[in-house]
Amino acid sequence: MGVTNKVVIEPVTRVEGHGKVTILLDENGQVTRARLHIVEFRGFERFIQGRPYWEVPVTVQRLCGICPVSHHLAAAKAMDVIVGADKLTPTAEKMRRLMHYGQMYQSHALHFFHLVSPDVLFGFDADPAIRNVIGVIKKFPELAVQGVMMRKFGQEIIKVTAGKKIHGTGAIPGGINKNLSIAERDSLLKDIDQQIEWSRGALAIAKNYTIENLGELADFGSFDSNHLSLIREDGAMDLYDGGIRMIDSQGNKVIDHFNYQNYSDIIAEEVRDWSYMKFPFVKDLGVDKGWYRVGPLARVNTADFIDTPEAELARQEFMAVTGGKPNNITMAYHWARMIEVLHSAEKIKALLLDEDLQGEDLVVKGERRSEGVGLIEAPRGTLFHHYKVNEDDQVTMCNLIVSTTSNNVPMNLAVEGVAKKYLSGNEITEGLLNRVEVAIRAYDPCLSCATHALGKMPLTVSVVDHDGQIVDKKST
Amino acid sequence: MSDKIKFTIDGVEVEATPGQTIMQAADEAGVYIPRLCAHKDLLPFGSCRVCTVMVNDRPQAACTQPVSAGMSVESETEEIRQIRVNLIEMLFVEGNHYCPFCEKSGNCELQALGYRLGMLAPKYPYMFNKHDVDASHPDIYIDHNRCILCARCVRSSKELDGKNVFQFVGRGIHKKVAFNSDTNLGATDVSVTDKAIENCPVGAILKKGVGYSVPIGKRMYDTQPIGSDIEARKATAK
Repeated sequence: MGVTNKVVIEPVTRVEGHGKVTILLDENGQVTRARLHIVEFRGFERFIQGRPYWEVPVTVQRLCGICPVSHHLAAAKAMDVIVGADKLTPTAEKMRRLMHYGQMYQSHALHFFHLVSPDVLFGFDADPAIRNVIGVIKKFPELAVQGVMMRKFGQEIIKVTAGKKIHGTGAIPGGINKNLSIAERDSLLKDIDQQIEWSRGALAIAKNYTIENLGELADFGSFDSNHLSLIREDGAMDLYDGGIRMIDSQGNKVIDHFNYQNYSDIIAEEVRDWSYMKFPFVKDLGVDKGWYRVGPLARVNTADFIDTPEAELARQEFMAVTGGKPNNITMAYHWARMIEVLHSAEKIKALLLDEDLQGEDLVVKGERRSEGVGLIEAPRGTLFHHYKVNEDDQVTMCNLIVSTTSNNVPMNLAVEGVAKKYLSGNEITEGLLNRVEVAIRAYDPCLSCATHALGKMPLTVSVVDHDGQIVDKKST
Repeated sequence: MSDKIKFTIDGVEVEATPGQTIMQAADEAGVYIPRLCAHKDLLPFGSCRVCTVMVNDRPQAACTQPVSAGMSVESETEEIRQIRVNLIEMLFVEGNHYCPFCEKSGNCELQALGYRLGMLAPKYPYMFNKHDVDASHPDIYIDHNRCILCARCVRSSKELDGKNVFQFVGRGIHKKVAFNSDTNLGATDVSVTDKAIENCPVGAILKKGVGYSVPIGKRMYDTQPIGSDIEARKATAK
């Protein structure tokens, strides 16, 4: 046999759901940069091409099993534009909103109770053998059950609005395919007050934790940044629809009430050769200054107010910590997330009591268009769906900017901040590994989905010296 | 004088009119025999063999085999169920059937049969053949990924619509449904009201824009298995 050439393909594990962190050192052994590599590759933007447009909201939601409703609704909103449905019927819009608040509620509950609570309840330095969801179940069984029951409630809402708890079909171009029956409404109403009570409790845990540990958390992977979200016309937080608002780290409005149909006029994406994830930025500010944060922290920062009373009080308390200026503390994401949980619970109750949900007028259509954009505030942040459709009703172009993508630069900066503070010498300690994980987790990135059950990311951290040599490598 | 003849299905006596197929007699008696290419409004065809039954210990297609007096037919045995599951599984791996996001889900006869026959994960390797979508018609589209070559469209167009829009071309693995135009579906005289469109058992030929307008829970096979309508006749007769 002759000589065999070996072909190496890297990264090999395209869909493993893993994160990979590289910490780069200079000649003096100081941290110069840290990179979070996303090595997942989905390919939805390509294989959706050629499919009929009405299939898309059901297809693309399979990007994810944790927040499929966000993709379902963002795609449906884009398809509303395609079918010329400029204003949905009250029943259709409110059913979709109910679905979305249910989604927000279950996703945030899952993240906080099952992923974050081990860090909050046991501390960053606790033994990983205890610092996981099983440890929480053993030591705080009531909290663990609450988390499960809150997620279940959100999933039940998704079931009655979308038809299934995961990957339903409710939102269709121009509206919704069902209303809410009285029996479905009543089965949810009987539990809603308990859910609101639990939401208050979860908010209190997140708030107290942040305030009590403010000294340590204030500069834990924190940095000044822009914040971007949708905003209602009157400046209220709106998780389902609105215009784009971006504020800078001091609260100055850089973009306001921008029509997202034209998002590509203001936002571009940069590709870097070490990650499959793109880096979005605001064009006017350029790559270096135009990046922004999305998600609960950004949303609470950008909103002038929240239109449900208890969440609004919570927002005011939150903003008071930074004297009314935007909060740039990475770990404050958790507090903001729980404000949204309470807001969602309040919204769900109001919607359940709204008779429009029993309406029969479900779908509208208008003049057919060839291009549509749908934005929504997903649990993890602003989600962009953009499609072009040909005369034969087939999708010809699809562009998705998912929330975790928008948080790409921020997550890298958070990791870098933690590495600079906690890396001593070339060795990766357990403490550093834990803290890198905690900083990434604050953003609730999608890449952690695969290991939600154990509350632990399959994360590999490498330290690379100035010659490009790996001097240490450890995995969680 | 009675013109009925008697035979048995799984040991139960059934009456039939001479000239009827086993399937026609079974349907009237409220006994469901699984099928895919057979359709009540179309002539017997005998292509898919999902209706295979044992007649006097020999395998026969119930949709084409005429009844005869004293015939002993076996349908609901484990051996026959396995034959039917194997046939269904081969159809699943030969096409690209993604039930989770197919708009025919819940109304699809192939999917419903998979459930009724207890099909689990297919044991044959997926072929991942590349197929086209033709959406050139303003009201109809055909997705060859989901076609099971049952010929219902071919036969419906000819027998019921009087048009002859659809026809098979190619052989073996290259066999596919083609149209009576030189270009595409849009250039044919097919109409959205044609029986050829309505009678497709899977998500291959679909009316445009319908999508997922029927919610989960209200679709044809969401609450009862395929064949329940036929079996209800027996319940009514009792």
